[in-house]
Amino acid sequence: MLKHFIGLQWKSFFRSASFKTEIWFKILMALGALYFIVVFLGMGVGAYFIIEDMEIGDPLRVVNRFMVYYFAFDLVFRYMLQKMPVTNIKPLLYLPINKTKVVNFSLGKTVISFFNIAHAFFFIPFSIVLLVEGYPPIQVVGWHLALMALFYCNNFLNVMVNNKNAVFYVFAVLFILAGASQYYQWFDITVYTQPIFDFFYDMPWTAIIPWSVLLGMYYGAFSYFKKHMYLDGGLAKKQAEAKTENLEWLDRFGNLGTFLKNDIKLIKRNKRSRTAVLMGFFFIFYGLLFFTGALEVYDGPFWKIFAGIFVTGGFLFSFGQYVPSWDSSYYPLMMSQNIKYREYLSSKWYLVIIATIISTILATFYIYFGWEAYAAVLVGAIYNIGINSYLVLWGGAYVKTPIDLTSNKKAFGDKQAFNAKTLLLTLPKLALPIGIYALGHFLINPTAGYIFVAVFGLLGFVFKEKVFTMIEGIYKKEKYKTLQAYKQK
Amino acid sequence: MITVHNLTKTYGQNTVLNIEQLEIPKGQSFGLVGNNGAGKTTLFSLLLDLIQPSTGHIVNKDVQVDQSEAWKPFTSAFIDETFLIGYLTPEEYFYFIGELRGRNKADVDALLANFDDFFHGEILGQKKYLRDLSKGNQKKVGIVASFIGNPEVVVLDEPFANLDPTTQIRLKGIIKDLAAKEGVTVLVSSHDLIHVTEVCERIVVLNKGEIVKDIHTSAETMKELEAFFAG
Repeated sequence: MLKHFIGLQWKSFFRSASFKTEIWFKILMALGALYFIVVFLGMGVGAYFIIEDMEIGDPLRVVNRFMVYYFAFDLVFRYMLQKMPVTNIKPLLYLPINKTKVVNFSLGKTVISFFNIAHAFFFIPFSIVLLVEGYPPIQVVGWHLALMALFYCNNFLNVMVNNKNAVFYVFAVLFILAGASQYYQWFDITVYTQPIFDFFYDMPWTAIIPWSVLLGMYYGAFSYFKKHMYLDGGLAKKQAEAKTENLEWLDRFGNLGTFLKNDIKLIKRNKRSRTAVLMGFFFIFYGLLFFTGALEVYDGPFWKIFAGIFVTGGFLFSFGQYVPSWDSSYYPLMMSQNIKYREYLSSKWYLVIIATIISTILATFYIYFGWEAYAAVLVGAIYNIGINSYLVLWGGAYVKTPIDLTSNKKAFGDKQAFNAKTLLLTLPKLALPIGIYALGHFLINPTAGYIFVAVFGLLGFVFKEKVFTMIEGIYKKEKYKTLQAYKQK
Repeated sequence: MITVHNLTKTYGQNTVLNIEQLEIPKGQSFGLVGNNGAGKTTLFSLLLDLIQPSTGHIVNKDVQVDQSEAWKPFTSAFIDETFLIGYLTPEEYFYFIGELRGRNKADVDALLANFDDFFHGEILGQKKYLRDLSKGNQKKVGIVASFIGNPEVVVLDEPFANLDPTTQIRLKGIIKDLAAKEGVTVLVSSHDLIHVTEVCERIVVLNKGEIVKDIHTSAETMKELEAFFAG
């Protein structure tokens, strides 16, 4: 029986649509995976020595101290990205297979998921370094096993609380509060959690506790799924109660309003688009890395423009980049309905513009870091509105990736979005403004650099109609290819 | 109303559609039947400019569909679920289509009122998004949406599949009325010979992309079709 399960799994992996890509992309993906493995390995090996160099205490204790955050991050990532095991159970239900076996297999499958394996690349080398450095083997092994069990507890915890957004948000807020209060030294949660992790080291036999918890959780998850393995139970898709919204205040914009209304609903009601907007929001804080001088590599003058573009362009990059793809599941409707391409495109354009303006307003707090910082943000916003808003729409014509709105899969980048044309189009999005700034900076002075970039952005604004005609033409040319591509899920 | 000239569609070596000449007059209820792969959906997709013809073209009320978009205001269609917007409620979807076709809420509501028994109380006010409706109910929404805004041409691909018997009977009445009373050109494809013969005044049989029969529906039509498909 297990042979069949594994065979099915094997085929589903190697025959999945996303796997059938060009060879060079497979190589690129392998390199990417390798990169992360090396980074984790490097951290695993290097963490000990880095902490030792910083002289903030015994490396193991320091790691234990921050372990609670590591676990919290792990949970958040799992919640957002790890796929649930129930998805492919349906076709097995009516076959002569024991339910126990199906559930065991599905849960077992999560054990070898990437989200569990990835940690091994950090913890195994770290433990080895500890051993090499002369830490007592039994204690290190006990600690290692205990943590391993805890990560698997996270795994099953996630399986059980999946799709319970309320739980997740409460947890996320607590976690952020803990982090913030630690930073401002109001309250240090690690004081209370460090002893727990130290405990596993000091008394290695206690590793048995997390393992028993893990067994309990496995059993809990097992009986939960077994009990709910019905189409109207655990296997039913969660249905949110729908509310009809009018958004009549947008009617005054005519046809444009019709599309904007739809886009607002699109963003509000779909997991994938909500994630994109959230990511766009976090971009606002990206500038802190540059303007606070937190990272020395970012101290050069050009980085300020770079930061300005990103701070105000979060939504533009995370949402705008995929523009026609958001409508991929009903693109044939859009193409045969009484819709003019220009109206459709300008509604997306306005959406990006409105979001950029909101980001700019939210980013006002950069004034705190001096006028130059905020000038960079403002100039970045002007460039985003004047130039980048066209570029994302233009690039969108070539991004023919259908988007599954209801899942977060691939929310953090998609291989098909990286074709040669879109890559070429990122150059003017980021490199060009930096180049223009450099011109002003070196020929005259920094202020002139800012003015140059802003003028360039304003020029783009002036040529809106012309540019739109061009983009419209490209969309029309690509229409049939796009329709064809969206068909293949 | 609709004229097809030397239309072919080829994928590689494989010609999936080859229609030399076809004329559909205004107000006709036109039925398209054929086995799987006969080219029914291909023809409809070409008519809606969703795919490009390899040769030839289709003219819809003096508009060549692959050259101009001017056919869109008077043509509407429901081909499959890609014509539905999953994250909208049925009401929102109807209003959205209404706005695109220059109909305000009151207009749409008035139209929907005619379809109360067609909806059978399972569509409006259900607090569900379209993606959460059953296949049959989704289809009802798509079909009714294609009637919004007084289109002159309505294209329905397999409208009877997935519908319950009561709804099938009601839909037949609706389609007949559209063509007879309002002069709408209705194009319907189906695998169900009985339905098509009942609804359509003209039936065209496609086989491997070519027109093999063009029948004006009469009492003998059913027999003729059965004889053909029995092979």
